[in-house]
Amino acid sequence: MGFEWLAPLMFAVALILIFSGYPVAFSLGGVSLIFAVVGIITGYFDWHLMLALPDRLFGIMSNYTLLAVPFFIFMGTMLEKSHLARDLLHTIGLLFGPVRGGLAFAVIFVGVLLAAATGIVGASVVAMGMIALPVMLNNGYSKELSAGVITATGTLGQIIPPSVVLVVLADQLGVSVGDLFIGALVPGVLLALLYALYATGVAVIKPSVAPAIPKTVREQEHGELLRKIFLVMLPPLLLIFVVLGSIFAGIATPTESGALGAVGAIILAALNGRLNKKALMQTMEETAKLTAMVMMLLIASTAFALIFRGLDGGIWIEDLLINLPGGVIGFLLLANLAIFILGFFIDFFEIAFIIIPLMVLPAAHLLSPMLGVPETTALVWFGVMVGMNLQTSFLTPPFGFALFYLRGVAPPEMKTEAIYRGAIPFIGIQVLGLILLILFPDLVLWAL
Amino acid sequence: MTLNEVISASASRIEKVSDFFGKMTWYCTLLMVISGAYNAIVRSLAGWAHIDPSNASTFEKVLHWVGEVARQGSSNTFIELQWYFFSLIFLMGAAHALKAGAHVRVDIFYNRLSRRGKAWTNVLGTLIFLLPFCALMIGTSWPAVTDSWARLEGSPDPGGLPRYPLLTIIPIAFLLLMAQGLAFAAREALHLFHPPELNHQIKENGI
Repeated sequence: MGFEWLAPLMFAVALILIFSGYPVAFSLGGVSLIFAVVGIITGYFDWHLMLALPDRLFGIMSNYTLLAVPFFIFMGTMLEKSHLARDLLHTIGLLFGPVRGGLAFAVIFVGVLLAAATGIVGASVVAMGMIALPVMLNNGYSKELSAGVITATGTLGQIIPPSVVLVVLADQLGVSVGDLFIGALVPGVLLALLYALYATGVAVIKPSVAPAIPKTVREQEHGELLRKIFLVMLPPLLLIFVVLGSIFAGIATPTESGALGAVGAIILAALNGRLNKKALMQTMEETAKLTAMVMMLLIASTAFALIFRGLDGGIWIEDLLINLPGGVIGFLLLANLAIFILGFFIDFFEIAFIIIPLMVLPAAHLLSPMLGVPETTALVWFGVMVGMNLQTSFLTPPFGFALFYLRGVAPPEMKTEAIYRGAIPFIGIQVLGLILLILFPDLVLWAL
Repeated sequence: MTLNEVISASASRIEKVSDFFGKMTWYCTLLMVISGAYNAIVRSLAGWAHIDPSNASTFEKVLHWVGEVARQGSSNTFIELQWYFFSLIFLMGAAHALKAGAHVRVDIFYNRLSRRGKAWTNVLGTLIFLLPFCALMIGTSWPAVTDSWARLEGSPDPGGLPRYPLLTIIPIAFLLLMAQGLAFAAREALHLFHPPELNHQIKENGI
C-alpha cells in the first residue's frame, strides 16, 4: 500500500527517457518493464496482468482497421516513387501557373491530396519540399511564401482523408475510420482554402513574391497541356476520389478501399509507363519499414498502457482530467496545451499511441454533454481537434517539426529565418481554424 | 583475429539475417496488397449473387453468375492471409528496421550529441530498454505459443488458417530483434572502445 505515486512517476520517467534519443518504441517498452518490476517488488502490481500481453499483441496483429495503415502507405508511396506526384504538381502548376500565385495554389492542391501517405510529418514535408521547392523558387516565388506553403500543406495533408494518421487516431479513439474521415474533411478542406486565399491575397498585394509563369514558357508547352490534364492530372485525382467516395458511400471499408487504392496506384504507374522495378521495390521497402516502425511503436505503447493501468495510472489521470477546475473548458485548455507542447518534440504516432488513450475517457465524458451528441460522435470531434492542434504545433518555431525537415532539403541560400517567417501567417490561419472548430463543432458533426 | 574483428564479423552475420527477413517483408507488402484487393473485389461482387436468376434479363443472369463465382471465390483463407502478411511485415521486419535506423527517435537532444554521445545512447538504450523489452515479449508469449501448439489451434472461422505457426512468429521475431539489438550495440560499442591502443593491447595479450 502507499505506492500510488508509481504511476505518475512512470509517466514522468517515460516522458523524460523518450528524449534520450533512443528509438521511442523501445525506450517506452523498457521503461514499462522497469516499472512493472518495481511494482512487483513492492507488491503493488500483479504479475499475472503481464500474461495479457500476448493477447493484446495478437489483437493488434488481427486488427482489421489497422490493416488499412500499410495499404494507405503503399498507395501514397507508390504515387510518390513512380513520380506521379511530381508530374501531377507540374501539370497543375502549368494549368494555374499563368495566374499570379497559381503555382502556390498547385502546391496546396497536390500537397493536400498526396502528403498524407506516410503519416510522418517529416516524410511528407521532405517529399513536398523536394518536389515543389525548386519549382517555386525557380519561378521567382519568394523564399518565405514557398517555405510557408510547403510546410503548411505538408502538415495539413496529415489530417485530410485518406490519411494514415486518421486511421491510427480512429483506432485509438475507438471510433470508425469512416466517421473520422468525413469529420475531418470539411475542416481540412476549409484550411486548404484559407491557405489558397492567403496565397492569392499575397499575389495580389505583392506580385513580386508570387509571379505568374512567363508566357514564353507557357506557350512552348501549350499543345501538351490538354493531353497532360487528361493523362497525368485526372487519373490520380480520380483514384483518390474513388477511394474516399467508396468509404463515404459505405460501399467499401477503409481497409478495402486502401487495398484497392494501392492496386490502383500500381495500375496508374503502369499506365504512365512509370512502373519499373526500382519504383516498385522502393515502394515495398518503404511500406515495410514504415509499417514495422508504426506497429512496433504501437506494441510498446500497448505494453506501457497495460502496466500503467496495472499501477492504477489510468484512474489517476482520468480523475485528474475530469475534475479539472473549469470542467470542460479546463479540460480543453489543458488537453490542447499539453498536445501543443508535446507536438514540438514528438510526432503524431507517439501522441496518438501514448497520450490520446489516456484522454479518451475524460474527453467522451466531458465533451458529450457539451456538444449534445453521443460519446463516440464527441470523440470524432475531439480527434479532429487534436489533429488541427498538432498541425499548428508542427509549424511553430523554433521547435516545429515541419520547419526542421524543410530546412534539411532547402538550398543553403534559404535561411532558417526565412522558413520561420514563412510559417507565421499559416500558423495564424491554423489557430483561426482551431478556434472556428471549437466555436462551430458542426464543421465536424454535420455528417454524423 | 582481434577482438574487434570478431565482434564486427559476428555483427555482420546477424545483420545479414535481419536483412534477409527484412527483404522478405518487402515482398509481403505486395502479397498483402494483392490479397487485400482480391478480398475487396470478391466481397463487393458477391453481392450480385442475391439477384434472382429465374425470369431475369440476360444481363441480370450474367450478374448473378458473376456474383456466384465471386461468392465461391471468397474465403476466410484469403481474408486471414492479408493480416498474416501484415503481422509478418512488422514482426519479422522490426529487426531490419532497427538496422536501417527506421525506428523513430525524438532527436532534439540526440542530434546535438557527439558521435561518442550517440554511441553511448545506443549502447545503454539497447542494454536497458531494448533487450529487456524483447525478453519480456518472448517470456510472456511463450506460454501462449506452447499452448497453441498443444491444441494445434486453428482459426475460429471455417476455412481459416492455423494459428500456431503465426503465434510462433512472435518469439522468433523478438529473438531476431534481440540479436539485431546486440549487433547494433556491439557496433556502437566499437566506436567507444575502439582506440588503437586498446586494439594493440588485445593483440599483445594474444586474444
